[in-house]
Amino acid sequence: MTRHFLGDTTALLGRSLRHITRSMDTIITTTVMPIMFMLLFVYVFGGAIESGSDSYVTYLLPGILLITVASGISYTAYRLFLDMQSGIFERFQSMPIARSAVLWAHVLTSLVANLISLVVVVVVALIMGFRSSAGIGAWLGVAGLLVLFTLALTWLAVIPGLTAKTIDGASAFSYPLVFLPFLSSAFVPTDTMPGPVRAFAENQPVTSIVDTIRDLFTQQPVGTGVWVAVAWCVGLLIVAYAFAMTTYRRRIS
Amino acid sequence: MISVRALEKSYQDLKVLRGVDFEVARGSIFALLGSNGAGKTTVVRILSTLLTADAGSAGVNGFDVATQAARVRESISLTGQFAAVDEILTGRENLALVARLRHLKDPGKIADDLLERFSLTDAGGRRVATYSGGMRRRLDIAMSLIGDPPVIFLDEPTTGLDPEARIEVWQAVRELAARGTTVLLTTQYLDEAEQLADRIAILHEGRIIVNGTLTELKQLLPPAKVEYVEKQPTLEDVFLTLVGKDKR
Ligand SMILES: Nc1ncnc2c1ncn2[C@@H]1O[C@H](COP(=O)(O)OP(=O)(O)OP(=O)(O)O)[C@@H](O)[C@H]1O
Ligand SMILES: [Mg+2]
Repeated sequence: MTRHFLGDTTALLGRSLRHITRSMDTIITTTVMPIMFMLLFVYVFGGAIESGSDSYVTYLLPGILLITVASGISYTAYRLFLDMQSGIFERFQSMPIARSAVLWAHVLTSLVANLISLVVVVVVALIMGFRSSAGIGAWLGVAGLLVLFTLALTWLAVIPGLTAKTIDGASAFSYPLVFLPFLSSAFVPTDTMPGPVRAFAENQPVTSIVDTIRDLFTQQPVGTGVWVAVAWCVGLLIVAYAFAMTTYRRRIS
Repeated sequence: MISVRALEKSYQDLKVLRGVDFEVARGSIFALLGSNGAGKTTVVRILSTLLTADAGSAGVNGFDVATQAARVRESISLTGQFAAVDEILTGRENLALVARLRHLKDPGKIADDLLERFSLTDAGGRRVATYSGGMRRRLDIAMSLIGDPPVIFLDEPTTGLDPEARIEVWQAVRELAARGTTVLLTTQYLDEAEQLADRIAILHEGRIIVNGTLTELKQLLPPAKVEYVEKQPTLEDVFLTLVGKDKR
């Protein structure tokens, strides 16, 4: 049965990619909030913020990219919830398919949708004056880190998608994730923050990821920070995946 | 082909099935009757490996639903109580997707043939979100026929259909049985069971209280008796009397 895993995942991926291409508005709404934050911070607060860099857009973009992913993954929970509600999930589960293909198709779809949203946000940032001299290697590094981050958060989103009782419950979990970059080095350097806030900000995953992406964009040496960032992403990915799979098994038994 | 023994299932404190037993012979149509909440859907979900029973056993096509779930899923197809179709895809895409998931060759042709058979060819290219309830149900049933599984479960297949669509579904069910498919259907409509089923069972308070052919069930009641009923005049009688055309 698992010999069909690839074929089944491909068939179901084709299905949910059609959902994306037929409702491009989900991509648009995903990018609206990060773009608003970017406009607000660059043109309203930006002048007053001492970021210590030449271009505040460039300083800001890494955090904005993480916010984009955090708001994008709520659609995964939403789509999964709709599948549970409409009974199509059960239809798939009663068929002789590799059962986990149903989840993997949603996860891969989330990856594709988020990558499109990220490209849109980067294009807007370029219009607003974001510039980077990063070479292909650094860009690949940024892309790799964002892919890891997206996968980790998507598996997290699978949990409410499977368990939520209402549609709002399915997507509300992403609000704290969207808020997390504010308590990090994403918008302002952490050294002006009061003690406990600073301690939190410097030791939460967003800061290491943001700092790494920023260093890659500005061609600074990334140092050991990159391994902290990767470790956070991989750790989160493993924990989220394990919990999602446990929830899933409980749901289908 | 299907055999259910001493099946029990509770949801928290609610004992829904308290020892259900029945057998369904290969190629026959078996109707499970019961009022709302009797547990019909629960039985169907256990048989289609979506739910595990608390006690008892159930076998489908010779495989145990608890220990050989994957083999059971290869043998069955489920049409749930509520149409399980993808709203965003077109009818044709829904059918082709199921064909692909059943690993069949030429999903496009399978889809077209079924659209034709269920009079959905014109709507095949439209998104399912634009379908009427009856069209959705027909598509849903068509999706279940893909791959010719030996056993089909139909949970209230004709609820919400107009009389014509109902007859179409009945026809499809009869054709299935004629080809040797075993059909277990649940229904609220007694005439549906009368029309289709080789055997009828009634699920009540967690048990099968009767199980037999239509003739056997009818014999459970006292023989038909002659009653005299006062006949009320119909509007037609009133009309005709007043107009005085017809003196009866
Ligand atoms: N997941 C669940 N959790 C709790 N109770 C449930 C659950 N599913 C069903 N029930 C209860 O179990 C009983 C039987 O439900 P079931 O759906 O099997 O009945 P049914 O015979 O199919 O009814 P209907 O004709 O209305 O479809 C009902 O009282 C229902 O409320
Ligand atoms: Mg039911």
